[in-house]
Order: sequence, then C-alpha cells, then structure tokens
Amino acid sequence: MGFDWRIISPEIAVLATAIVLLVVDLFLKKARNTVFTSISLAGILIAMFLTFANSRHLGVGFSNIVVNDYVGFYFKIIFCLGTLLTIFTSSTYVARELRGIGEYYTLIFIATFGMMVMATSADLITIFLGLEVMSIPLYVLAGINRDRPRSREAAMKYFLLGAFSSGFLLYGIALMFGAYGSTSLIEIGRRFQVGVNYSQVLSSAGLIFILIGLGFKAALTPFHLWVPDVYEGSVAPITAFMSAGPKAAAFAALFRIFSLFSPVISDNFNTILWILAVGTMTWGNILAIAQKNIKRMLAYSSIAHAGYVMIALVAGGDAGLSAGIFYLLAYTVMNIGAFAVIILFAGRGEKLENIKDYAGFGTKYPLAGIALTVFMLSLAGIPSTAGFMGKYKIFMAAVNSGYVWLAIIGVMNSLISVWYYIGVVVAMYMLPESEQKVEVPFSTTLMVAVFIALFATLHLGLFPDRWLDLANLAGANFNWILQ
Amino acid sequence: MPILSWIVFLPLFGAFISLFIRRTQADALKWTGLLFSVVDFILTVILFVHFDGSRIDMQFRDGPFVWIRSLGVTFSLGVDGISILLVILTPFLSIIAIASAWNAIREKVKGFVICMLILQTGMLGVFTATDLFLFYVFWEAMLIPMYFLIGIWGGPRKIYAAVKFVLFTMFGSLLMLLGILKLYLMTSPEPGNRTTDLLTIMNLRVPPELQTWLFLAFALAFAIKVPLFPFHTWLPDAHVEAPTAGSIILAGVLLKMGTYGFLRFCLPIFPDATLAFVPLISILALIGITYGAMVAMVQKDVKSLVAYSSVAHLGFVMLGIFALTDQALTGAIMQMINHGITTGALFLLVGMIYERRHTRLISDFGGIAHVMPVFATFFLIITLASIGLPGTNGFVGEFLILLGTFKSNITYAVIGTAGIVLAAVYMLWMVQRIFYGELDKFENKSLLDLGPREKIITLPLLIMVFWIGLYPRTFIDKIEPSVRQLLSQVRDRDHHTQLVHPDRTRGIGKDRCQGSGIFSEGEIEWVSTGE
Repeated sequence: MGFDWRIISPEIAVLATAIVLLVVDLFLKKARNTVFTSISLAGILIAMFLTFANSRHLGVGFSNIVVNDYVGFYFKIIFCLGTLLTIFTSSTYVARELRGIGEYYTLIFIATFGMMVMATSADLITIFLGLEVMSIPLYVLAGINRDRPRSREAAMKYFLLGAFSSGFLLYGIALMFGAYGSTSLIEIGRRFQVGVNYSQVLSSAGLIFILIGLGFKAALTPFHLWVPDVYEGSVAPITAFMSAGPKAAAFAALFRIFSLFSPVISDNFNTILWILAVGTMTWGNILAIAQKNIKRMLAYSSIAHAGYVMIALVAGGDAGLSAGIFYLLAYTVMNIGAFAVIILFAGRGEKLENIKDYAGFGTKYPLAGIALTVFMLSLAGIPSTAGFMGKYKIFMAAVNSGYVWLAIIGVMNSLISVWYYIGVVVAMYMLPESEQKVEVPFSTTLMVAVFIALFATLHLGLFPDRWLDLANLAGANFNWILQ
Repeated sequence: MPILSWIVFLPLFGAFISLFIRRTQADALKWTGLLFSVVDFILTVILFVHFDGSRIDMQFRDGPFVWIRSLGVTFSLGVDGISILLVILTPFLSIIAIASAWNAIREKVKGFVICMLILQTGMLGVFTATDLFLFYVFWEAMLIPMYFLIGIWGGPRKIYAAVKFVLFTMFGSLLMLLGILKLYLMTSPEPGNRTTDLLTIMNLRVPPELQTWLFLAFALAFAIKVPLFPFHTWLPDAHVEAPTAGSIILAGVLLKMGTYGFLRFCLPIFPDATLAFVPLISILALIGITYGAMVAMVQKDVKSLVAYSSVAHLGFVMLGIFALTDQALTGAIMQMINHGITTGALFLLVGMIYERRHTRLISDFGGIAHVMPVFATFFLIITLASIGLPGTNGFVGEFLILLGTFKSNITYAVIGTAGIVLAAVYMLWMVQRIFYGELDKFENKSLLDLGPREKIITLPLLIMVFWIGLYPRTFIDKIEPSVRQLLSQVRDRDHHTQLVHPDRTRGIGKDRCQGSGIFSEGEIEWVSTGE
C-alpha cells in the first residue's frame, strides 16, 4: 500500500507537537507556561480532529506494520482525551512546582505518541517500539521533580522494573517469531487459523511472556509491585497521566494480540487469564482499603480496574473487546477527573495527600467536592456514571460468554471498592473540619479539567449510545486486519 | 401530559432550583423543598383519582422511549394497583419528613433539602419504572442521598451506620444486577433485539432451574432492603443514627422498595421459583416477626425499639406476599402503606420528644402524659394503630394478611398471630413507661406540649390512620384487580410445570371473586367458604 500518511496522521500531529515544543523551549528566553500550554492544547486538538477525520479511512500501511481500524481509532480517542485532560491538570501545577516546563510537555507528547503506536501497530516489533517510546518519557516524568526524594525513588523503581519487563516482552516476541516465522500480527493470525506449521509450545510460551511484559504496564497482579510507589512518588498530574493512557495502551496491545487467537484460544490459557483477572481485582481492592494516602489508594484501585478490564479480555470475542475498550475510556475520564480534584486539594507542594486531610472539604469547596464525589461514585460503579456503564458492559460480556462466576467475583469486588471510595466521601462531608489551615490555590485550568471530566463521566453514564456504538463497531471488526 | 414523568422528576427539578438559592437562606430552602413535595403530592393525588381501579395493566404509561439503544434500555414509566399507593405515600411522607426537620436541621440546610428531593425522585422512580435497567438506576441512585442523610445529619455513630447501610444494600443489588443482565441476554438471541423492558421480560419463559438462581439474585437484594431476617442488621443502626427525617423516609418508603421488588419482579418473572421458595421465605418472615418483637421488647432506646418493630412488621408483609392468596397479598400491600404511616408517625413523634430532651432512652422519661397530653394522645393512637387495633389502619392490613395466610397455611397464620400479641406487649409497655406513672424526673416537668407546627404535621398521619382503618375500600378497590392479575401470573404457569403440591395450589386465587367484598360481607361466613 506504500506510504499512506493519512492512517498515521494523528501520530504525526502528536510527534510534531513534541518537536515544536522542544524547539520553542530552545528559543524562548524565559520559559512561559501559557505558551507551552497553548501549543500543547493546539497539538492535541489537531490530533483529535485528525483521528476523527480519518476514522473511516481504514487501512494497513507501511509494509503491514501500522493499522488504522476502529480499535485503533477508539484507543487514539482515549489517549487524546487523557493527554488533553493532563495538559489542563498540569498547566498551573507545572508552573508552580517544577523547573523545566518545556521538557515536561514534550515528554508527555512523546509518550502519547508511543501509546498511539502501540495501539495501532500490526506487528509485534512495532508494539515493542511503541512501548519503549511510551515508557522512556514516563520514566523521566515520574522523576521530574528532582527536588523530591520520593520522586527520584519512583523514577528509579519504575525504570528498573520497566526495563526488566521490556525484556520479557521482547523475549516473548522472539518466541512468537520462532513459532510462526513472522512478527506480523496478520501473518501470525493467518497461520494460527490455518493451524499448520507452528509450534504449540513456543506459541504458548511466547504468549505468556508477552502477557507478562504487557501485564507489567497494565498493572496486573502479580506484576503490579511498582505501581503504589511510583504512583505515590510521581507528581500528581503524571500519576493521573500514567494511570490512564499507558494502561490503556498496554491493554490495546493485549487485546490486539489475543483477539488473533480469539475463538479457539485454549482453555488452559483462558484459565491463566481468569486467574490473573480475579487476582488483579481482588488484590488491588483489598490493599486499597488499607491505604491512607489517596494517591496510593488510587494506585491500588487502578490495579483493581485493570482486573475488571481483564474480565473483558477473558470474556473475549467482540462483546469482550467492546466492553474492555469502553471501560478504558470511562476509566480514563473518571480517574483523571479524580486526580484533577486531588491536585487541587493537595495545595502548594502537594502537602495534603492523606484522605483524612480532606475533612470538611466538601463544604469548604462545594464544586470540587461534588465533582470528587461523582468521580468516586463512578469509580465505585454507581449507576448514572461512566464507571457503572463500563462495568455493566463488562459483566454483560462475561455473563454472555458463560463466565458467570467471574462476573460474580467482579461484582463482589465492586462492592469492596465501594468501601474505600466512599471513605473519601466520608472524609469530605462527614468528618469534622480539621484545624490546620492550608491554603488551596485556585486554578482555572484545573477546574476546566474537572468540568470536562465531570461532563464526560455523566455523559458516558447517562447517554453513552454514541460511544457504545463506536465500541461495538470496534468489537465487531476486531479481526478486520486478517481479512 | 406525561404526568408520571412530572411526578418523578419534579423533585429533582426542585433540587436543581435549590442549587441556586444561597445557603444562608435556610428558610427559603426549606420552603422550596416543601413546596416541591407538596406540588408533587397534589400530582399524585390527581393520579390516584384518575387511576382506573378496574384495569389490570400499567396505566399512565410514559414511553417506552429509547434511552440507550445499544443496550436495549428504554425509558418507560407506569403505575398499576401494586405501585399506585406507594407512589402517593412517597411525597406524602416526604412532606412530613421535610416539615419535621424545620427546627431539627440547622446546619447545611441546602444539602439537606437537595438530598431529600433527590431521594424523592429516586424512590418514585423505583416505584414507577417499567424497565429493569431504569429500575436499577433509580434503586441505586437513591442510595446516595440516603447515605448522606444518615452520614451528615446523623447521630454519634453516623459514619458507621451510613457505610454499613450502603454496603449492605449494594451487596444485594450487585447480584441483582447480574440477574438483570442474564434476563436481558435471554430476551433475544440477536444482540440488537435485546431489551430490558419489563413487559417483555415478564413474558419470558425462564427455565425452572435458572429461575431458582435468578430468584435468589433478585430476592437477596430485596430481602436486604425489606429487611427479612437474617439480613436486618443494618436497619437498627441506620435508624438509630439517622436524623428524624431520614428515619421517616427510611422506614416509611425505603423498606417498601424491598417488598415492592418481590411483588413486581420476583413473583411474575420467576413464578416456579416463587412457589418453591414459599416455605423458606415464610419461615424467615415468621422468625422476623417473633425475633423482631422479642428484641424490640428489650430495647432501651425508643428509636431502636421502633426499628426492631419494623423488622416484625415487614415480616408480616413478607408473610402476606408469600401466602399467595388474594387477601393476603392485598393485605400485604395495605400493610406496606400502613407501616409507612404508623412507623413514619412514630419516628416523627420520637423526633419531637428528642428535640426537647435530647435523649431517647425510655428510662429517662416517665409520666410525661401529665405535661404533654396532646403528644401522649397522638402517640397512643399511633401505637394502637401499629399493633393493629380494629378501627385503625393496622388492623386492616394485618387482618387481611392473616386471613389470607390462614387459607394457604394454618401453621404460619397461627405463629403470625402470636406475633401480634408480642407487638402489643412491647408497644404498650413502652407507652406505659414513657407516658404514665409518676412524673419523677425533674427535666421532664418543664416539657412543652406540641406546638401548632407539630400538630399540623402529625394530623395528616392521624387522618390516614382512621381513613384506612374505617373505610379501606377507597384504597383496596384500586389495588385488587392488579393483585388478582399478579396471582394469576404466578399460578397460570404453575399449571404447566406442576411444581407445587396440589394441596397448596388449591388455595391460591380460588376466591378471586370474593376479594373485593371483604368488609361488606360477613367475615365469618366468608372465611368458611374459603376453606
């Protein structure tokens, strides 16, 4: 097909923005936050526009390594939305807390580019490239606040474990190449369906290694150990960014690879996924209960949410895929929304991070309080929010595929999660106001982020038709590249 | 005019309006809340007057409109004889609850009014939704304002009580969600044709094996809400800690959502399972009646006494529902309303005395009938209604339930009757200790009797006590046809499956023509014809 630039136009826009930001940073004498924010906003909006504009322009290009299909389209929307919200949440924070504003935005855009590559690649090697392009900026971003020891620790931990997991992924890819003689997903899918000339052992081992490598990024138990420390140590806007996009990107790759084997994947393998799903959500939820620091609590909750998406992966088929990607969209908006309020409440220098510190904030900051309440309820899966709609779809996929027990474990986990999410609401509204007076600086851009996320959370919860349709379309065409 | 949508969403609109009133203007906020509840109540009265009691289908239907197309979710509302009374009861008690809080709630009035109004929309939605998804949304949505009501304006252990309330209720309803999903998936093999519309789902023929599981999933959610023994442990905590307004709504309306759920979903959708579970649920109901009464007897706190009495009363309702006869079911619905009125009134009165003395311990009172004669009279009337004295509303409900149960199972009826005796014991003993005897506590000597506002709030409840007690036909006439229709839905399928012992089926719905004449014909004769 040659060079069909249209199928990677959003990626180009994102990468171009990163370069522009880098160059502007070079020539600007004094780093001006508004300039970077505006360029970033323009860049991400252009990328979003290009994503929509080319949503019907399906195709595989660049020697069958990049694919633009509905799945990729959906994930690009998730990434753009995540980055857009991150820009809004970062703007004031970065100017206030950090040195080196330019590189901050540049790194975010490079990471976003990496995610997009991961979600749209039709080749295992491209997936690996995307993963690295995404991860390396994230390692830097995790430690971008050089003055804080916790931040440095987070970066170090993330980097070491991340590098290790990349090794797993690469090894898995090598095994897959050994089994199928190709790294192209199209080729692998075809050979698998024809059912000849591949080694079962190599294929299974390869898949497991890939699962470990990607499971690390998606924060599946038992590969989640980095999550709490990194989430707590990183600056809050980066924690929000990390919890949404990279997780979604890892799942994009997982969905893409596993849907190749979808109808006939072996029972044993599904059992592994089943155990991972149950372990991930249960472990995440149970540990989240004990957390006092809200970022740590949301770190464990993000593990639990990865577990819910795993249910969709186990359920498989078009229903599973569409449920999974819809859930990731919902999770992105509600989680970044929650973090936006947390950044606001944390105040100067991120002093207020404990759930108990929020005592009385519900009445002190009514708007932000209501917003955080909605996000918490949405994360807990209370109806009329995005989180509920996502869970509804996931559990439906599970019940539909006959995984009733998995669905029951899922809803019980949902119940556990209500406990600790409600704890935040309890602190805000029901605990007596604390004595300490910490100034919470108001920020317009942060409130914009809160409102976008709030609107999206309620919109996806009450009138999700449009997004469900797109997800269903993606699900129905998940094997499109094979045809 | 889509009157049902107006009724359901008017309170929500009121909550929206309240957002724009400054929080310092407490009076304006309270009046807004009251105004919207009153208008809502007037609308429900209009609804009741125009409600055709001879029809068995859903009336005043709104929709079905497509809400979420890709999930087959419709927005559709409707009322029939089973829900019509609950629809009136909800704004009726909301008015009283808001009025009761006039002086009691002084902090965060804005939040209070908004919570009350959202709660009202949630409850009305539950009673009118004819789509399972919509029902579930309302069912869960009303949890949140109730949680805030208990958690913000509650007593010393409010947080514990509020969280416990939410977790218990969620536990049941999440499994129900899976049940709803399963039913939805069963409506059609084609993903595009599936729907959560209640009428479509009622026509499903669920295989008996599956019915058992789905019945359990639904029944657990409802049983926790009712609460049926042994799922009642959240109730005393929630009641004792909730503010008066919260207790009134909680006891008056929220608990009815559980029993209503059994009537609306469990019975018609899972008829075979319903028949199979009759013994289990009846026995749990009977345990609830006796256990609730016995525990109530030893309570020191008036509010927790009333809370445990709710367990007993709702046990009666459950007994009536699962007797599966005309009278028992009619009685159960009436008893749902009666319990709303009497227990709502009891909590209201307890709240009044609490505002004066800031204690609810029975031992802190004694002989206060001397200083508060009007209050004592009101309290006594409500107490008598609660224990089912003839001429009051309690009698109508309990009598019908026991009558109906007697036909299906004599043993259950006998044990249930014993429960009434126990109820008389603990209620009257409480009244005796609080109001009569010597006025020996110094603090009680200066108690003021009810003021005009308090009298006005209590009066409508007293009127209802005697209206239902003396002329229940106003209400029974509207619900009987729907009850018969419901029973035929359970029974007709029974012919196909033959799950139930022939002895039991004989009693069910046999006397359908005689039902409406309960109080006009000779009672004794009528009982004998039934057997």
